[in-house]
Amino acid sequence: MELYKLTIHEANKLLSNREISAKQLAESVLKRIEEIEGKVNAFNTITAEEALKNADAIDKLIQQGEEISPLAGIPMGVKDNICTSGIKTTCSSKMLENFVPPYDATVIERLNTHNAILVGKLNMDEFAMGSSTENSAFKNTRNPWSLERVPGGSSGGSAASVIAGQALFSLGSDTGGSIRQPAAFCGLVGLKPTYGRVSRYGLVALASSFDVVGPITKDVTDCAIVLNVIAGRDVKDVTTADKPVDDYRTALKDDVKGMKIGIPKGFLDKGLDSEVRTSIHQAIKLYEKLGAELIEIDLPHAEYALPVYYIIACAEASSSLARYDGIRYGYRADDYDDLEELYKKTRSQAFGSEVKRRIMLGNFVIGADYYEDYYLKALKVRTLIREDYAKAFEKVDVILSPTTPTSAFKIGEKREPMDMYLSDIYTVPVNIAGLPAISIPCGFDANGLPIGLQLIGDLFEEKKLLQAAYTFEQNTDYHKKEPIL
Amino acid sequence: MKVSIEDVELVAHQSQLILSEDEKEKAIQDLTSILEYADKLSELNTDDVEPTIQVLPIVDVFREDEIRPSMDREVIMQNAPHATEDSFIVPKIVE
Repeated sequence: MELYKLTIHEANKLLSNREISAKQLAESVLKRIEEIEGKVNAFNTITAEEALKNADAIDKLIQQGEEISPLAGIPMGVKDNICTSGIKTTCSSKMLENFVPPYDATVIERLNTHNAILVGKLNMDEFAMGSSTENSAFKNTRNPWSLERVPGGSSGGSAASVIAGQALFSLGSDTGGSIRQPAAFCGLVGLKPTYGRVSRYGLVALASSFDVVGPITKDVTDCAIVLNVIAGRDVKDVTTADKPVDDYRTALKDDVKGMKIGIPKGFLDKGLDSEVRTSIHQAIKLYEKLGAELIEIDLPHAEYALPVYYIIACAEASSSLARYDGIRYGYRADDYDDLEELYKKTRSQAFGSEVKRRIMLGNFVIGADYYEDYYLKALKVRTLIREDYAKAFEKVDVILSPTTPTSAFKIGEKREPMDMYLSDIYTVPVNIAGLPAISIPCGFDANGLPIGLQLIGDLFEEKKLLQAAYTFEQNTDYHKKEPIL
Repeated sequence: MKVSIEDVELVAHQSQLILSEDEKEKAIQDLTSILEYADKLSELNTDDVEPTIQVLPIVDVFREDEIRPSMDREVIMQNAPHATEDSFIVPKIVE
């Protein structure tokens, strides 16, 4: 077996038993990148030299008989909006094309302490705005299951690279579905942790009351392993919760007997691809067979989630992106007469059309004339959506839904912003309420494209999610299929 | 709601963006279609509903006021698009 095909836990076992070296593992992954990157286009930066050097250092530790972390020597990719000291972090934007952060994000610091090995920075929709990675200023990443299709987004490179064997796992960020949707489109496990469970320090801000960093992995065990390392309070991010971090691996039990799974009324009716619906129904039946109790729940305000999300997220984004002024870092226009012209030309030349659209929408809804009707209204409906979930979690342990209404669509297929936004209809409500959610593979459609199942938990109930997801995985083999590249 | 050209011009200025005539046309269409969709929110009565600014009950986070190392100025200045050794260069803003 090629080493790049291993999961984290498989590779860790081989490394610990000294059956393989970290260098062999890194070389296998780097060779895979060399061979197929021309087809997949997942990376903005490849850090091959540093990766091999780090692998050597870890092999020395192992030879010295040191006990190693489950992530030691594991090749990883990182979404290009998470700061890596001395390594370009571009957000796939012309604005930050040459930006080299002078510091590591907290999640990177933690992964480095555990000796995970960075192999590169991954393509994304510009500033994480999009659902297909087509908004990257640099290139289109392709879905390894079908190269004419999108890998999803905004963490498209993060998902494509892992399923293609170019990294054993990756980090993504999720503001409205940007980890779960690409994980679903690429047949992977993607976890959006509870808001505030993982530090945002060093994550380039999109919408600060929604953003969260999380793992994209080949299976649920790997997901728990990465979450163990990245979760926890960080003094550099005051929105991280001061709550102890569990050992998430203790949740990996093949058992859902008596677990109460909520099925939202009406979620499986309209606007849903029929093959996705069939797969979700099969998943529900499997859970029932395994002893879970299925309970219909009502989320009456779910239909308002998308406008609430776009109003608040764009309002926050218009503020987050006000910092790009061409002065301290990033792009600056060449030719200007005064400061205002410098700002305007810099921003107009370096931001792509979706970024401009969202900044303008954001500034529009917080403007004096429309603040009450749009922004304040959306904040209030946000409360109603949160209350719906709170009520549901009085009755159930987890909520089940599709991750996306369809499987991966074709590159260039969705041209209107509203069409693209609708692909996030099942993921967005979760971010509005700050809840944790996981997407796991639950089938393939007639085109051989993966279908994702979403499980949503109450605040800080990642363990319940992992247990339900792990049980499903133990009783199916969708996660074992690989694309042929 | 229907967005006008004046709305787009004002919001472009507030966003510190310059739009071409074509971009203005597209912005009118896009913002109108998104806001018309958002008008759905007006169906709900929210008079007695408190807004949610953030989801966790975290308020007033304190820490000790300790001196910690700051970043190296030289390293920071390397990212500046136009600078001297230790200053950012900007157009003159006072006469």
